[in-house]
Amino acid sequence: MAKENLKKTPLNEKHRLLGAKMVDFGGWEMPVQYSGILEEHRAVRGKAGLFDVSHMGEIDVQGPDALILVNKVITNDAAKLAVKQILYSPMVYENGGVMDDLLVYKLAEDHYYLVVNASNTEKDFQWLLENTEKLNVQVVNISAHTAQIAIQGPKAEVILQKLTDYNLNSLKYYRFDFAKVDGVAGLVSRTGYTGEDGFEIYAGPEFAGQMWEKILDAGKDEGILPIGLGARDTLRFEAGLPLYGQELSPEITPWEAGLGLFVKLDKEDFIGKAALVKQKQEGLTRRLIGFEMVERGIPRSHYPIAVNGQEIGWVSSGSYAPSLDKNIGLGFVDAQFALLGAEIEVVIRGKGVKAKVVKTPFYKREA
Amino acid sequence: MNNPQNLKYTQEHEWIKVDGNKAVIGITDLAQSLLGDVVFVELPQVGVEFAAHDTMGIIESVKAVSDIYAPVSGKVLEVNTALEDSPEIVNQDAFGKGWLVVLEIKDADELGGLLSAEDYEKLFAEEG
Repeated sequence: MAKENLKKTPLNEKHRLLGAKMVDFGGWEMPVQYSGILEEHRAVRGKAGLFDVSHMGEIDVQGPDALILVNKVITNDAAKLAVKQILYSPMVYENGGVMDDLLVYKLAEDHYYLVVNASNTEKDFQWLLENTEKLNVQVVNISAHTAQIAIQGPKAEVILQKLTDYNLNSLKYYRFDFAKVDGVAGLVSRTGYTGEDGFEIYAGPEFAGQMWEKILDAGKDEGILPIGLGARDTLRFEAGLPLYGQELSPEITPWEAGLGLFVKLDKEDFIGKAALVKQKQEGLTRRLIGFEMVERGIPRSHYPIAVNGQEIGWVSSGSYAPSLDKNIGLGFVDAQFALLGAEIEVVIRGKGVKAKVVKTPFYKREA
Repeated sequence: MNNPQNLKYTQEHEWIKVDGNKAVIGITDLAQSLLGDVVFVELPQVGVEFAAHDTMGIIESVKAVSDIYAPVSGKVLEVNTALEDSPEIVNQDAFGKGWLVVLEIKDADELGGLLSAEDYEKLFAEEG
């Protein structure tokens, strides 16, 4: 795709001024790094980081049958949500393969807000529309009218509090509220994709630039840095959070990806339920594992995983983990090898390099 | 770009310091900046022989995997073992402490095919 065809977030110019290295990320021109992936990664773990996540998709679902539609397409159960509470869920096809993973925000009994992966927005939106038959519900893709900024890290609350009268301390994990940030009305949620405490702020795109600068200014003393997609990936990966396209895809079910907690079979029918029930009864043939390298080498996605020279799976995500100073990976293997401590090999440039299966998440922040 | 005049260069962003029949080889400052944080370096065994353009080793940043090529033919005399535990030295001092390999030059004529600092800078003026 030619560069001029790439979609740009409202913060594109800010990234350039900050000297970011820009890349094509699923059709979006996004910053992959500013000062350097390692420095940015450490800033989020130790202090705070600011992310432009305006490329994410937002879909508004409203009407008397809003809950029926949402619960029909997700595997988790939105009926249990309180107003201003958030739910994480996979969304699967009839055959149980993952179409996307998303957040469901409950704005009111008849009003939900879905936050989906950028590259899946149009697909998800069409899927929702196709499933509105006989339902009294309106589905609107509001992605273009929504900017999203994430502030993450142990200092996130202190910094953001300087810009709002809303008592952020009262906002619990996976809850949201409407609040003014720097005088701009927006939606603030205590969520994130880094394994740290933090917030995601949704506001009109016309306010994004000023809000971005104000937050960077407000956090200067605390050492806030702008963070690109490079560190966003190492942060989420250490925290064991799956990424669509790597741990999740139409060929992978939520059971296989270790997302069983987010599949509620006691919920009445939903798309993919029959396939997921069947797979559960029959047992899994492959599972997602976490592993760390025992010998020298960095696992990378798509590298084969082997035992005694026999291929048993593949690496879905792999990297040097800055917070652990280890080379680690996530991968899918034949279920019989998905045992803690099991010795495996990652095939790096044709050579088996020793690794062992370890617990995930690799990184957990201290409470 | 600030590429020392006394070094030779390749299109693969390597520098070569010729010292008698020895060639010290590293990657340029531009290369380390394009790669980003270097987190892994795999170097060849001492004594192994390479032909020009052979892959001698691997250098990995958080996001990218790159080959290290032999700029000229020769036998490995020495490798920078400090990089195994501290690969970040490549970022910090690409033209100095971040050197990778010393080769015994097999055919001095091959040196004629290498680039001068000026040639190298012209080739990559846009990225620098």
